[in-house]
Amino acid sequence: MTRLLSVRDLRVGFGQDPKANEVVKGVSFDLDAGQTLAIVGESGSGKSVSALSINRLVDFGGGRITGGSIELTRADGSVLDVTKADERTLLGIRGHDVGMIFQEPMTSLNPVHTVGAQIEEAFRLSKGLTGEQAHRASLDVLGRVRIPDAQSRLGYYPHQLSGGMRQRIMIAMALAASPRLLIADEPTTALDVTVQAQIMALLAELREETGMAMIFITHDIGLVAGIADRIMVMQNGVAVEQDEADRVLDAPQHDYTRHLLRAVPHFTSGAAVRGDSARPTASEPIVKVDDLVVRFPVGRAWFKPKGAIHAVDGVSFDLMAGETLAIVGESGCGKSTTARALLGLNTVTRGDIQVTSGRSGRPVQMVFQDPFASLNPRLNVEALLAEPAIANGQRLDADLRKRMAFLLDRVGLPQDALSRYPHQFSGGQRQRLCIARALMLNPDVVVLDEAVSALDVSVQARVLDLLIDLQHEFGLAYLFISHDMAVVERIAHRIAVMFAGQVVEIGNARAVLHEPQHSYTKRLIAAVPAVERRRQRFAVDMTQVPSLVRPAGYEPPAAQWREAGEDHRVRLEEQA
Amino acid sequence: MSYVVQRLLTFPLILLGVSILVFVSIRLVPGDAITAMLGTEAGLLTPAQRESLAAYFGIDQPVWSQYLRWLGGLFQGDLGISSIYGKPVLTVILERFPLTLQLALMSMTISLCVGIPLGVLAATRNERPSDLVVRVLAMLGQSTPSFVIGILIIYVLSVFFGFVPAMGTFTPLFVDPLASIAQLIFPAITLGFAFAASVTRISRSAMLDVLSDDYVRTARSKGASPMSVIWRHALPNALIPVVTLCGVEFGYLLGGAVIVEQIFALPGLGRLVLDAITQRDYALVQGTILFIAFNFLVVNLLVDLAYVALDPRIRIGRR
Repeated sequence: MTRLLSVRDLRVGFGQDPKANEVVKGVSFDLDAGQTLAIVGESGSGKSVSALSINRLVDFGGGRITGGSIELTRADGSVLDVTKADERTLLGIRGHDVGMIFQEPMTSLNPVHTVGAQIEEAFRLSKGLTGEQAHRASLDVLGRVRIPDAQSRLGYYPHQLSGGMRQRIMIAMALAASPRLLIADEPTTALDVTVQAQIMALLAELREETGMAMIFITHDIGLVAGIADRIMVMQNGVAVEQDEADRVLDAPQHDYTRHLLRAVPHFTSGAAVRGDSARPTASEPIVKVDDLVVRFPVGRAWFKPKGAIHAVDGVSFDLMAGETLAIVGESGCGKSTTARALLGLNTVTRGDIQVTSGRSGRPVQMVFQDPFASLNPRLNVEALLAEPAIANGQRLDADLRKRMAFLLDRVGLPQDALSRYPHQFSGGQRQRLCIARALMLNPDVVVLDEAVSALDVSVQARVLDLLIDLQHEFGLAYLFISHDMAVVERIAHRIAVMFAGQVVEIGNARAVLHEPQHSYTKRLIAAVPAVERRRQRFAVDMTQVPSLVRPAGYEPPAAQWREAGEDHRVRLEEQA
Repeated sequence: MSYVVQRLLTFPLILLGVSILVFVSIRLVPGDAITAMLGTEAGLLTPAQRESLAAYFGIDQPVWSQYLRWLGGLFQGDLGISSIYGKPVLTVILERFPLTLQLALMSMTISLCVGIPLGVLAATRNERPSDLVVRVLAMLGQSTPSFVIGILIIYVLSVFFGFVPAMGTFTPLFVDPLASIAQLIFPAITLGFAFAASVTRISRSAMLDVLSDDYVRTARSKGASPMSVIWRHALPNALIPVVTLCGVEFGYLLGGAVIVEQIFALPGLGRLVLDAITQRDYALVQGTILFIAFNFLVVNLLVDLAYVALDPRIRIGRR
């Protein structure tokens, strides 16, 4: 094995005085040709900054390398210290030696150029191909990233493609240069779990094909378990542990690595479901949803819609007091639309929603995904917490202040938080604020829409624990919307799996996760990365989600259900 | 294309509103047309002569009836007769319009050619000396009134270079392109000064936004040169707010021409409106303002079409 990259005591700082604001504080690692290194850490750990230093893209984000060396062996065998290279040399490095793919495929492609033009540009920059040659090379590389119908796709603009497709285009662009090192910065974080599995499988195959080395940056240690040769764990700008992948995963040395492996939610096929799931059979459900249908009209032709997006199509479930029902599914499956319908946030085409709000008719409350966007930055915490109460006709008096103080204490925030503003809190603290706000009216039902998805993994675990504690204390019923099977496993008593606007499987959490019956549930669960299943290989699967747009007046056939066990129902699949 | 048709269908409604507004507001101004027309000699008229003159121009009728008659003529392409020139209003407007249009287009071209590169330069040198210089210049350009700049330009040209731009008459573009452009270049600079400053500021801030976008980072990761990153990847995305500004400012350029045409003694649309107002030439005021409003609508339609050309996302969204 030849040494490709040797990083020694790398230090990177930001701002006017980079030395005083170091984000990477002396990181060293080596990478051989063809090897895959995973850099694992949470936000702010310096993992992305370290990787972006290798092709010096960090300069454009305001970063300065303040010390150390990055020795890269170039294609001709010469060794170059990237930290001392001039801009001209760096252009060559970026175009030829080091390719890169990023986290957000939605924003990483230029919206005003066709994907064909962008891929051809990559060929022009790296290999000097133009015109017909570049076009043919682009067709070829689209085939390599398994994009069907490549000829017509080249004429598409990025917004016409799905997230998974765009990430394939990004990979195709990076491959154009035939790089010897591919840096993948959280390339699947923004993607659905089945799409993530496909992209990971694709990257693994491409690595075999091309023999390129990879640096894979991620917050999810389970994700890299299958692909990494070596793992480096970073925390606060320092590499706390690095070794062969198996050693790090099976015998972690550092506390933080152990924390990432054990305390953070990892999917275990139903082994980690809650043990307190005694479903009361005698009492009436607190929420009862029957044959819910939500459609959005599309394409008007002379005042009557041409068709409709069948966002939610015939969804039924019920929710008992003190119980968590998780609705899982991928983007566009209708899970959030269902939750919003429950709160009356969008119009219901048909169906029946009954909320037995018990003693006082207290409304259903909601916690949203993005704790940064869902708190008004101009209101202090007192005003934020008082808002739902005032909207319900209460006055800001001593009683209300007492309740605020009580809830702040319960969600683990200090009392002096009341006079502070949202920007003074971290993401996890803000989500606690959102939870406290949702509890102000002492509701019986709380809808949590991807409530922990935007949080760092270790913060996720703590917020989930808090939610479970609060559920016990106040007897809350949760409708927990999530795409993350590992998180769902930790909090759900029951799970409803949604696909293309319909519930395909519903039942006891352990049963659904441990013995999934529906083909989609199986596919979904198989796609979830897990440390234990790291030897499994996935085939690249191009199954596309069916279109939800139907002609006006279309009604889906009535659902047929099968009982798969006690409290476990599966929708029968159409025989193809 | 059905979008363009839809937009065109709204034009008559907007123009109708504008015409009512103009029709009423000019009649709210004190003073009467006959006195304005004849000056002191109006005092010599007998009441009977005065009445027959008013009847001749149709201004003895109630306002709403005058309006309906005028509107009726409008549908036949008749904007009325100018009392100053004794010619059809449309003829007078079309004589004057080429100058103003050429002036507005020239000053817009100059502004864009100066403003966009300056804005891009400032954005790429963010917070460095050249950025600060550009920002101060832009601030100055925006806050200096055009008559000050116009007078300064005339002063410098005549005192230091002994050159006086042609005044009074206008050489149309198709008669002698060079002379025509030479005559309007300094008025165009005067008129475009503030606009160039706005373009600079808008393109600077748009560029700064775009340069931190993910796809710019992607372009850099491909090894694209700094020039290619700026002109090929960033600029097309940064141009959208500039195009919006152009649509709004074009109206001001047509309106702002009043002052510049006055300073450089150019027989354009701006001076026409001014004369028409001071001399109570109702038909001419109405006709000219309606004409300018129509131009404004057309320009804004073009701006919307430019969005579509610039941003493929709009192209698909609209169907």
